[in-house]
Amino acid sequence: MKSDTKSIEDIKAIRKIMEESSRFLSLSGLSGIFAGVTAIAGALVAYFFILDNGSIHFDEYFKDLSPQVTFSIRWQLIADAAFVLVLSVLFSLYFSIKKSKRDGKNFWTPISKRLLINLLIPLVTGGVFVFVLLLQNNVQLIVPCFLIFYGLALVNAGKFTFGEVFYLGILEIITGLVSAFFQGWGIIFWIFGFGILHIIYGLAMYRKYEA
Amino acid sequence: MKDLISNINKVFESRVRLGIMSVLMVNETYDFNSLKETLDLTDGNLASHLKALEEKGMIKVNKQFIGRKPNTSYSATETGFTEFRQHLKALETLIKEQ
Repeated sequence: MKSDTKSIEDIKAIRKIMEESSRFLSLSGLSGIFAGVTAIAGALVAYFFILDNGSIHFDEYFKDLSPQVTFSIRWQLIADAAFVLVLSVLFSLYFSIKKSKRDGKNFWTPISKRLLINLLIPLVTGGVFVFVLLLQNNVQLIVPCFLIFYGLALVNAGKFTFGEVFYLGILEIITGLVSAFFQGWGIIFWIFGFGILHIIYGLAMYRKYEA
Repeated sequence: MKDLISNINKVFESRVRLGIMSVLMVNETYDFNSLKETLDLTDGNLASHLKALEEKGMIKVNKQFIGRKPNTSYSATETGFTEFRQHLKALETLIKEQ
């Protein structure tokens, strides 16, 4: 019987080590909630301030304007999106480092490096591609591209962290593809994909793993 | 029953070695310092068990330089994979049998 309990303990320890050494588990649900709120705030700023209460939208008229006229709008949108991105990333780093400290784990491990690389490859590709779209005044595909590439990045990174991240990625991809059909609804899809989905995900993760 | 016992591999008897093998089963390579932190061991303790596993041909050592710092990383060998899997299976059946 003695060897029996030892075997059970051995197997438990093995499972735990395999899980902890191959997945980054310090990702905090709070990051998701915060990213969602920032994304919605960014969208509202875009709608009310940059797009003049929604009176500027992408249509035939906008398409016919010379690129010089729409230049400042495009740059303001870039700045807005970049600000949202940087803020979300900083806060998700902050919450994750805090969580890993609380759990007495290291933040910078081979796994968190792998997670980051796998997240960044699709994300940077998407960012550069969106930038090109913006320069060429192809504004209508920007939100779908953001959502699709972000979704692909999450699917890719999902292997190295909670499995839920993979499913969040799938939902982002679907949202992106659907939004490609509805031109002019970019802000709504942005709020849904980056705002509402993130908040739901963050709340669910927080309640499941941290509360 | 006899079969079962013979599959329990003496090389993996210690908790530390089980830990090392567990990490290397799910990660292609892992460096010394990260292993040390993951398993919460001292340098000497980890090094001696790594040495033993290496001598039995369960793991292989890759030494390289990152910048000017030496970096030693480890990965499981083909033998290591098979033997550890057998060992795990034996542990599991042992539990089920009783």
